[in-house]
Amino acid sequence: MTFFTEENLELAHEIIGRYPKQRSAMIPLLHLAQEQAGWVTEEAMKQIGGLIGTSSAEVLGTCSFYEMFKRHEVGRYVVNICTTMSCALMGAEELLEHAETRLGIKAGSTTSDGLFTLEGAECQAACTEAPCLQVNYRHKYRVTLSDFDHLIDELADPKNEGTPRHGVLAQIRQHIPTERSVGAMHPESVNAPPVWIEEQKEANS
Amino acid sequence: MTERGIPIPHAPGFIANKTPRIVTSRFDYEDSFTIARYEETGGYQGLRTALSRTPEAVHGEVRDASLLGRGGAGFPAGVKWGFCPPGVWPRYLVVNGDESEPGTYKDRLLMELDPHQLIEGCLIACYAIGLSQCFLYVRGEMAVAQERIAQALNEAYEAGYIGKNILGTEFSVDIVLHWGAGAYVVGEETALIESLEGNRGMPRLKPPYFPASIGLYGQPTIVNNVETLSNLPWILSNGFEAFKAIGTETSPGTRMVAVSGHVKRPGVYEIVNGTTTFRDLIYGETMCGGIRNDAALKAFVPGGGSAPWFTADQLDLPFEASQVGPEGSMLGSGAIMVMDETTDIPAAALTLTKFYAHESCGKCVPCREGGTWLEQIMRRIVNGSGTKRDLDLLIEVGETICPGDFPHASNKEKGLSAVPFPYKMTTICFVGPSAFAPVHSALTLFKEEFEAKVAGNSDRNYVEVTISA
Ligand SMILES: Cc1cc2nc3c(=O)[nH]c(=O)nc-3n(C[C@H](O)[C@H](O)[C@H](O)COP(=O)(O)O)c2cc1C
Ligand code: SF4
Ligand code: FES
Repeated sequence: MTFFTEENLELAHEIIGRYPKQRSAMIPLLHLAQEQAGWVTEEAMKQIGGLIGTSSAEVLGTCSFYEMFKRHEVGRYVVNICTTMSCALMGAEELLEHAETRLGIKAGSTTSDGLFTLEGAECQAACTEAPCLQVNYRHKYRVTLSDFDHLIDELADPKNEGTPRHGVLAQIRQHIPTERSVGAMHPESVNAPPVWIEEQKEANS
Repeated sequence: MTERGIPIPHAPGFIANKTPRIVTSRFDYEDSFTIARYEETGGYQGLRTALSRTPEAVHGEVRDASLLGRGGAGFPAGVKWGFCPPGVWPRYLVVNGDESEPGTYKDRLLMELDPHQLIEGCLIACYAIGLSQCFLYVRGEMAVAQERIAQALNEAYEAGYIGKNILGTEFSVDIVLHWGAGAYVVGEETALIESLEGNRGMPRLKPPYFPASIGLYGQPTIVNNVETLSNLPWILSNGFEAFKAIGTETSPGTRMVAVSGHVKRPGVYEIVNGTTTFRDLIYGETMCGGIRNDAALKAFVPGGGSAPWFTADQLDLPFEASQVGPEGSMLGSGAIMVMDETTDIPAAALTLTKFYAHESCGKCVPCREGGTWLEQIMRRIVNGSGTKRDLDLLIEVGETICPGDFPHASNKEKGLSAVPFPYKMTTICFVGPSAFAPVHSALTLFKEEFEAKVAGNSDRNYVEVTISA
C-alpha cells in the first residue's frame, strides 16, 4: 500500500539520500506525510518504515514523541496560543479564554466545520512580542482580543489564501544540485579525515 | 541625551542601538536575508580569509577570541572544538537552532534575518574542525526560519559557497537543513543528536559529557548554537583582537538579549558583553526605558526560564558569568523576564513549572514524577485550595530532584545571603531542576505571597507521605 504521491515519493528519496544513515530522514518524512494529508496516517507510517528500513512501530515510537505530529485529523488552521511566562505576564490567559469563547471550543479541540484547532502552547521564541500565537506555525505578535477576532474572520473567509493549511511548513525546500553535492557517506565507510585538509594545509603553508 | 534605540518593523522585537553590532549588523535592511545583500555588505569575506589559512590557524583564531557559547552553558567554542578525539573519523557539526527556552528570542531572528551569516559561520567552523558534513537543526515550529534557511542554502550552493570545491579550493562540505517537530528537550545537545538519528528526543546518559567524543552515529560531533556560529564571520574578517576589544577579557564581544514582560519597551538588544548591567537593560533610556507605568520592579528572571530569579538587589550585576554565578543564578540563553509590583508571583512561577513538567521526556523518575507533582501542588496553591503543608511539600519534592541547597540570590530586606550557582541534581539533564528553579526562587524571595494564598485552608485531610531522595 502506498501513501505518498509520486512526486512526494521522489522527494522522500531525495531527502533520505542526504543523510549518512537512512533513519535520520524519519522526522523530515513524517513532516512530508503531514504536509500531504494534514496529519500522520497509519499508511504513512507504514510506508516511511519501509523507505528507511525500519518497522512502522519504530516510526510510531518517534512520531508519538513530538507534539507537532498529529495522529488524528485536525483543523485546516491549528491556532497555538502561547501560555508560557512572558506571554502569561502580558495576558495570555485572557486571550486563550477569549479564543475558546470566540471559537466555541475548549483548547485541544477542533471546530465542527473542521476549520480551526485551538491549542494552548509553550514558548514560541517571540517573548518580547507577547502575547503571541501561531497559525500553522507562523507567528502573530502582540495579539489583542479584537486582533484575534479579525484574524479568525480573515482565516474563515474561503477566499483567504495567505496562510497555507496545516501540515505545510516551509514553502521553499532545500535542493542540493547533484554536481555540487559532496554526498553523504555511511559513517562505517569513512575512516580517514576529509582529503581537503591536507590539500588546504599544503596550499596555505 | 543618549539616542533611543530604533525598532525595526521587519524584525519584530529587535531594537537597534548605537552599541557595536556584530551579529545584527544587517537587520536594518529589509532584504537582509538575500545573498545579494549579504555579499554587498561584506558577506563571505570571513570564509575567504579562513580559506587562505590552514584549518589550525582558523581554529587558533577562534580559540584566541575566547568566543563563549551562546546556547546556555557559555563554554568557549574554540576549546570545545579541540575535544574531538584524534584519529576518529568521520566527524560532524550539528547546529542547534532549536531555540525554545522560555523567554529566549534571538536565534530565530538570526535565522530569519541573516541566514547567510549563519551559513558562513558553519562553513568556517567546518573548516577549522576538519569536517565535511554539517546538519542545521531548526526548531519545528519555525516555518519562516526554515524557509529563509532553505532559500539561503540553495543560493549558497548555487554560488559555490557550499558543496564541492568551495570558492575554487579543495575545501568541500555539505550543509543539510533538518528540522524538529516540537519538543523543548531536544535543545539539549545529546537529545538533539538522538532526534537527528530519527529517535525520540531523549537526552543521553553522561558521561561522556561532550558529544565531541561520542555524538551523532557514535562519532565525534560538535554542537554549537546559532548565535555562537553567527559570530564567526565577523571574527575572521576583523580578527580576534578586534573581537576582544569589545566587552571584557573573560566575556568578550556582544550578546543578543531578549527582555520581555513588564517593561516599557520589551525587545531584543545586541549588548556589549561583560560590562552591560541588568539595570542598563531594564532601565536604560536607549533600551527598555524602565518598568511599565513607572511601577516598582518585583523580580526578574536573568537567564531564561531555568535560571533562579533576581530582585532589585542584583540590578547592578553585569553580563558576566563569574559575577552572576556566585550571586545565585546564571546568564543562560540571554533572556530576561521582568515582573512588576502587580505580579502574582506564585502564578508566574507556575507558568514556568508547568512548562518544564510538560516538556519532561520521562527518562528520569525525579523529573517525570517530581515535575508533575510540583505543577499540581503549585496549581492548587494558585487556585486557592493549597495548604500550609504544601509549601514544605514543594521543597521536599524539589529536593528529590536537586538534593542540598538550591542556588538563590541574596536579599537585604529579607536578610538572605546568596547560595551560588550551580546545584546538585539526580537527573540526566536540566529539565528536572528547571521545574524546581522558579518554585524555589518564588518561595525563597516571596514566601509571604504563598502564605497568603494558603491562609485559612486546613491541613486536616493531609495524608502524610515520605519521599526519600
Ligand atoms: C534542556 C536543555 C535545552 C537546551 N536548549 C537549547 C536550545 O534550544 N538551543 C541551544 O543552542 N542550546 C540549548 N541547550 C544547550 C545545548 O545543550 C548546548 O549546550 C549548546 O547548544 C551548545 O552550543 P554553544 O556551545 O554554542 O552554546 C539546551 C540545554 C538543555 C539542558
Ligand atoms: S531530566 Fe527530565 S527531560 Fe532531562 S532526561 Fe531526565 S526526564 Fe528527560
Ligand atoms: S513566552 Fe510566549 S513566546 Fe516566549
